[in-house]
Amino acid sequence: MAVVETRNLTKVFKQGDLGAVNNVNIETREGEFLVLLGPSGSGKTTLLRMIAGLETPTTGEIRIGGEVVNERSPRERGIAMVFQSYALYPHLSVYENIAFPLKAQKIPKNQHKQKVEWAAGLLGIQSLLQRKPRQLSGGERQRVALARAIVREPRVFLLDEPLSNLDAKLRASAREELEQFHDRIKTTTIYVTHDQVEAMALGDRIVVLHKGEVRQIGTPEEVYDQPADTFVATFLGSPPMNLLEFPDIIVGFRPESLVPEGVVPGAAQVKLRFRVNYVEYLGAEHVLYGSLEGGNFESKEIVARLSWTMPTGYKAGGVYDFAIAQIDLRFFDRKTEKRTQPRPFTWQ
Amino acid sequence: MTRRDWRKLGPGAAKFATLATFVVLLAFPFYWMLIATFKQNIDLYAVENNPFKFNLPPTLDHLKLLFFETGYVRWIGNTALVGVIVVIITLFLAVPAAYSLARLTGRWGQRMGIAIFLTYLIPPTLLFIPLSRVVAVLGLQDTIWSVVLVYPSFTVPFSIWLLMGFFKSIPKELEDAAMVDGLTRFGAFVKLVIPISTSGILTVVIFTFTLVTQEFVYALTFISPESQQMVGVGIPIFLVRGDVYFWGSLMAACLITSVPIALLYNTFLDRFIAGFTVGAVK
Amino acid sequence: MFFPAAAYIVLLIGGPLVLAVMYAFSDARIGNPGFHYVGLENFRSILQSPSFRAALRNSVVFTVVAQIIVIVCSTMLSIALEKPFRGRKFTRFLILLPWVAPISLGAIGWKWILDSIYSVITWVLIWLHVCKPYGAPMWLGEPKLAMASVILVHCWRLIPFSTVIMLAGLTAIPKDIPEAAAIDGAGFWRILFRINIPMMAPIISVAVLFGTIFTFTDMTVVYILTAGGPFDSTQTLPSLAFATGIQGSDLAAGAAMSLFLIPVLVLIAYFMLRAAHRAEVT
Repeated sequence: MAVVETRNLTKVFKQGDLGAVNNVNIETREGEFLVLLGPSGSGKTTLLRMIAGLETPTTGEIRIGGEVVNERSPRERGIAMVFQSYALYPHLSVYENIAFPLKAQKIPKNQHKQKVEWAAGLLGIQSLLQRKPRQLSGGERQRVALARAIVREPRVFLLDEPLSNLDAKLRASAREELEQFHDRIKTTTIYVTHDQVEAMALGDRIVVLHKGEVRQIGTPEEVYDQPADTFVATFLGSPPMNLLEFPDIIVGFRPESLVPEGVVPGAAQVKLRFRVNYVEYLGAEHVLYGSLEGGNFESKEIVARLSWTMPTGYKAGGVYDFAIAQIDLRFFDRKTEKRTQPRPFTWQ
Repeated sequence: MTRRDWRKLGPGAAKFATLATFVVLLAFPFYWMLIATFKQNIDLYAVENNPFKFNLPPTLDHLKLLFFETGYVRWIGNTALVGVIVVIITLFLAVPAAYSLARLTGRWGQRMGIAIFLTYLIPPTLLFIPLSRVVAVLGLQDTIWSVVLVYPSFTVPFSIWLLMGFFKSIPKELEDAAMVDGLTRFGAFVKLVIPISTSGILTVVIFTFTLVTQEFVYALTFISPESQQMVGVGIPIFLVRGDVYFWGSLMAACLITSVPIALLYNTFLDRFIAGFTVGAVK
Repeated sequence: MFFPAAAYIVLLIGGPLVLAVMYAFSDARIGNPGFHYVGLENFRSILQSPSFRAALRNSVVFTVVAQIIVIVCSTMLSIALEKPFRGRKFTRFLILLPWVAPISLGAIGWKWILDSIYSVITWVLIWLHVCKPYGAPMWLGEPKLAMASVILVHCWRLIPFSTVIMLAGLTAIPKDIPEAAAIDGAGFWRILFRINIPMMAPIISVAVLFGTIFTFTDMTVVYILTAGGPFDSTQTLPSLAFATGIQGSDLAAGAAMSLFLIPVLVLIAYFMLRAAHRAEVT
């Protein structure tokens, strides 16, 4: 188990182009599950591949367990990786797939059986050992990929969007299995995904990446509740945070903070008139799509998210009194888009 | 240099050495043909002279002989004519056949496809004896029409095979939409599928033509007179007077005939390979 | 729409095939092509003929040896060509020349290169002081050397073809699998032999099967290079069938000989179908 560090890590693919990864500084904690989150093109996979040794950095350092590993090939880094496609060897049985790293590392043959069975046991796939990958379901393949990764007892686990090839129903249970797996083995894990729900569910901490740069590193609560800039604020949370642009600041509030007047007690609240254009009934909640009525932001589109415990009966076309608690407002500097101190404002 | 840099050098150097060796071994005969074309006979036939360079100034004599004193130009004309006609016949036979096979769902489509594939495995060296009689009986012996009749027997299966793969990749919905819009199936085929398939059809044209130019056995068997012969047979057989080979002109002919075919082939290579490996590579 | 092609194929492939069988059981000659049934007489006499036995043996030996050499060389070459590099397209063009040039022209080029007096290979060997001047090997004149020369020319022709097919197989391997193997700790050789080559097995078998057909059923290389000599040492089934049936006018014996190609073709067809079926299942 080791700490992974990157210092000023940069990767430029073509000279003169913008870097795929720009000056990234990350430090994992021992045994933590760190998520690299970002949209496609944000550099998260490139970053992971550099840590794995599959891409060479243009500048910067990568350290695993305190040692600089830039010059080392992947097999010398003590890491294991699970690919998006799982990359199982199609011509080998499950047993041989799991045993392959042991063979490659020249571990004596008499130890293979015991180690393979230990890894298979950890993931509950002992009954599948003689099958070939094409005979397995998506979830079973993920487990084989994990078994193959764990059998060498690596210091660090790297996972590249392993859930994105599974269909939606399967994803939730596979995610749960991943969580349990991590609890059991407690190896430092770096996990890449573009799905913010996955990131929040799985991560001990999340690194939010955009266009090759780190926008924020923090726990799920920190990145959701205290976003460092407008990108983080709108990337996490669905539907995204509502943003109102003033001349020198941007004011944001999450859809779940926009509630009917009277639901939030107390004086520190901002009142507004909400014209509802469209209502989505989702069972446990209603999502109201509409616009502001009156004031400087007439017709600005906003979204509200009402849990089922709140009053219902909002219809398209109606205009209602809504409010936001003051403490739920987030303020961002207009120019830098970074989080700033709260400031008074008026929009009437 | 670090340990890793040294290790990176290894595979690269080995690859380069491998490539260089093979390129030399494979391509040097053509380099040799190039030089021999322009070497004076005295130089060419002098055993002590370095064969790889011009010890005497180069000459155009061999080329002159080839073009003006042999049937070379005639053979090229024959081959080109045969090529064009065979391409037309092949297209007429193969395009509709491939289309109906590609669209025929169920076991029969597959079975016929395999049957077509199997006919391609029957070589000319098995059929040439009986075909020589067929050609004689039909009175086509010693004319270019003998090969015009017979060549489609290998160009058609191959083309059907190539085109089947191609047509299969066109989504059926396109034709369904056209039929809903009022075309018949045949109309959809002519007005929709064929225009989309121009690159596939072009590939078939090119490969059929190159298959025709490369053929040897049938042309040798069916055609005797020099004036009617194809270029692939004319060059090795007729550029000889008695026991004497005109090596200079021979090499010139080989080179001049091979290079355009090679260029043509190269441009369409990827599709060719797709045709061969369909089914084996997913 | 399939009918015209089907009719043509039945008439020009199926028909002659039947005719070939009939000829094999008759006593037809070119001047006297009637059918008189003679039972197994032709087969009996050719099986007793030492020329035929030599040809049968040669066909098998040439084919097997050539395939082995070709597979090893094209594997090396396809690995060297896998990653893009500057000039790769041109290199590929050079490598492909032996395959795309018409067979007869490549063969005649080699005939000159292997000429007993003027061979450029001999010159290089003398220059390297491996051979004595005027003591040069007769590449096409000594039986063992002639056999090696025929095999050489076949390999020279087939290596480009196999390489291109293997390259397609190599590039079809999803990138993550060798990467996963590298992370698992495998080095270059282990990845090559335990991952890449096993995954290319279907493609390799396609290359071998087609290569076998091209070598086994070819008569052009032998005819041009050695005409079967010296003393039938390079005679193969197809070339002997041609020599007997067309040059020797004995249609029946020639047909009987060419029928011996069929068992091998059937075997090949069986393996191809099996490979295709297995590929469909995966």
